[in-house]
Amino acid sequence: MIETNQLFRFTTAGSVDDGKSTLIGRLLYDSKSIFEDQLQAIEKTSSNKGFNGIDLALFTDGLKDEREQGITIDVAYRYFTTPKRKFIIADTPGHIQYTRNMVTGASTANAALILVDARHGVVEQTKRHSFIASLLNIPHIIVCINKMDLVDFDEKIYDELCNQFKEFSSKLLVQDIRFIPISALLGDNVVNRSEKMNWYQGAPLLHTLETMYIGSDTNRVDARFPVQNVLRPQRGEFMEYRGYTGKIESGVFRKGDEILVMPSGLTSKIKSIDMFEEALDIAIAPMSVALTLEDDIDVGRGDMIVRSNNKPEAVKEIVVMLCWLGNTPLNLKTRFNLQHTSNKQLAVIKEIIYKIDINTLERVEGDQELKMNDIAKVKISVARPIMVDTYRKNRNTGSIILVDTNSNETVAAGMIT
Amino acid sequence: MGKYYLNYLDELEAESIYILREVWAQFKNPVILFSGGKDSIVVTRLAQKAFYPLKVPFPLMHVDTGHNFPETIAFRDKLVKKLNTQLIVASVQESINQGRVLEEKGKNATRNSLQITTLLDVLEEKRIDCAIGGGRRDEEKSRAKERIFSHRDIFGQWDPKNQRPELWHLYNGAYQEGEHFRSFPISNWTELDIWNYIKREKIEIPSLYYAHKREVLWRNNSWIPFSKFLKIDNGEKVVSKKVRFRTLGDITITGGIESECDDINKIIQEVAAMRNTERGNRSDDKRSETAMEDRKKQGYF
Ligand SMILES: Nc1nc2c(ncn2[C@@H]2O[C@H](COP(=O)(O)OP(=O)(O)OP(=O)(O)O)[C@@H](O)[C@H]2O)c(=O)[nH]1
Ligand SMILES: [Mg+2]
Repeated sequence: MIETNQLFRFTTAGSVDDGKSTLIGRLLYDSKSIFEDQLQAIEKTSSNKGFNGIDLALFTDGLKDEREQGITIDVAYRYFTTPKRKFIIADTPGHIQYTRNMVTGASTANAALILVDARHGVVEQTKRHSFIASLLNIPHIIVCINKMDLVDFDEKIYDELCNQFKEFSSKLLVQDIRFIPISALLGDNVVNRSEKMNWYQGAPLLHTLETMYIGSDTNRVDARFPVQNVLRPQRGEFMEYRGYTGKIESGVFRKGDEILVMPSGLTSKIKSIDMFEEALDIAIAPMSVALTLEDDIDVGRGDMIVRSNNKPEAVKEIVVMLCWLGNTPLNLKTRFNLQHTSNKQLAVIKEIIYKIDINTLERVEGDQELKMNDIAKVKISVARPIMVDTYRKNRNTGSIILVDTNSNETVAAGMIT
Repeated sequence: MGKYYLNYLDELEAESIYILREVWAQFKNPVILFSGGKDSIVVTRLAQKAFYPLKVPFPLMHVDTGHNFPETIAFRDKLVKKLNTQLIVASVQESINQGRVLEEKGKNATRNSLQITTLLDVLEEKRIDCAIGGGRRDEEKSRAKERIFSHRDIFGQWDPKNQRPELWHLYNGAYQEGEHFRSFPISNWTELDIWNYIKREKIEIPSLYYAHKREVLWRNNSWIPFSKFLKIDNGEKVVSKKVRFRTLGDITITGGIESECDDINKIIQEVAAMRNTERGNRSDDKRSETAMEDRKKQGYF
């Protein structure tokens, strides 16, 4: 079953120059999602750069520095609609220096397109990005073996590369991996079926994206409502009104539900679910609503409203898979503001349990240094309890970021295990 | 509600409301940058929904070039009254009078980039720590790169090569004294989404968006409205045309398109069939390939 009016978010990944931006350009171009003035501007820039034809990567590489250097530096977001679906694309950089921007783009994706250059195969950055995609629990991965035009559209090479990737990915936790041989530059198997690779029986990329089932990607079971703000108008007919705003991160809430406020443990019932002037009987993720409760209890930002019979853990110590994104290495004395849902608490990293060797995916114990792009399992202590689920179970209540209290930079992202 | 998914407009709306609520929680003194255009109108509507039954808890701030469509100002004042919120006018004319900026000269002179100084001065003077904008990533190639919580240094500058990572929907609004943020709640909306939403929510918009008879002249491939601010060349002829505007900005540079669309359904149909982007008509973006990026780096919205 496909919902025509659902949003589908996907991201690109893979090593530098494997053709990510070119692929997105091709996808937009062949699906006729490019406007004429954009096309003209890009034709002009391409010919100024001495490019033969149009450089499709320019549809996403929009910054001056990106165009000068011919690489992607930061995520570009692009939007397009087909009769079947509405897509949000995050085109991310392959360069190792900008891995944190790749993580930014990938964190909200339903699917990742991992590109592999048919001439070079699976390289370190392919592995790093694939590993990050699996850590981020991106439900669907499409491995695009790109630049098939440069290897004579050879089926044997394609098969070898698929096997190479599978061998590596067998160590990853990914629910759904598919493979497509493409040429982003020429358009083979992107929107239109390739005439040069008749040996490939599967669907082209766009069709795959349009028909992928994403209904089960959202957690519909565990009702979680982190409180963002308290609304107290204290006037007129709303004199007594006290609404708790928030986004339903997962699950369902109904009017009349018995609820529990965490960490206080206070209980009440849902009196109303308000969405502007409307009162709803039921609300599901990811709706933004305001809840009112039957009882006047103490609830504030950072608290979490859940159903009494299904609660997350309230903990002051968490173990997370951490991606270090900061320019400077971790100093174990640093204090962080840990952000988890609407909750912000002081935190320190207590221990680096092990680091991951990106090439072998093996654990490296005893190494206490964390520098940019390292991935490690760490133990974090938080000043006050936070209400967590594991990231595998719940992307929204299982994720954290660390903000350096001195520089205010976001220096790490973590997935709770 | 039998279905267990949200349609895309509901999902976009939910995301934007969430962002506005984060802004309210994380900043001391945020404002909505209100131009009178459809995007800032939608942002204001979303803020209304986000905080109801509270009134919108942000003042509207208008960076006023002095070169306005009279319709825009009338619309702005009416909305401010209806919402019962505060209006902050940051006046480019005052910046000129005070010698903070120099007026451009010549036929293609605009006050567009003068707005940057006015905006930054008022943000500093009023100690505004977050300016909420109606920028959308689909509008322009450098906007496509911008974070939802976008940091500005003490000079108001954006550093596109060094943006903070922004994962999931955990927004980091921490700043040092003197710095500020821009936030973009409708980053992920397209022009068509905006129009569909305006229709669905029956949001009132300035009459300028609907086709109307107007005195215009042909310049830079679009119909520029005749106004007292316009310097007219010998060769240029003022004519009367039925036009409408896809974006609203400074009256001297906002080009209209010929159109018969006098209601929202026709507009949606027309926009869906459009082969040019909405900013294609704005001469401020046509000055160079990186015109928007350059301005944004300096502090433009
Ligand atoms: N022959 C051939 N060249 C390709 C193909 N896809 C991309 N290229 C070329 O490979 C080069 C790099 O392409 P990009 O799309 O910029 O690569 P990218 O993966 O986005 O690179 P980063 O974003 O910097 O990591 C460009 O010169 C492209 O024209 C392809 O299918 N065939
Ligand atoms: Mg790229």
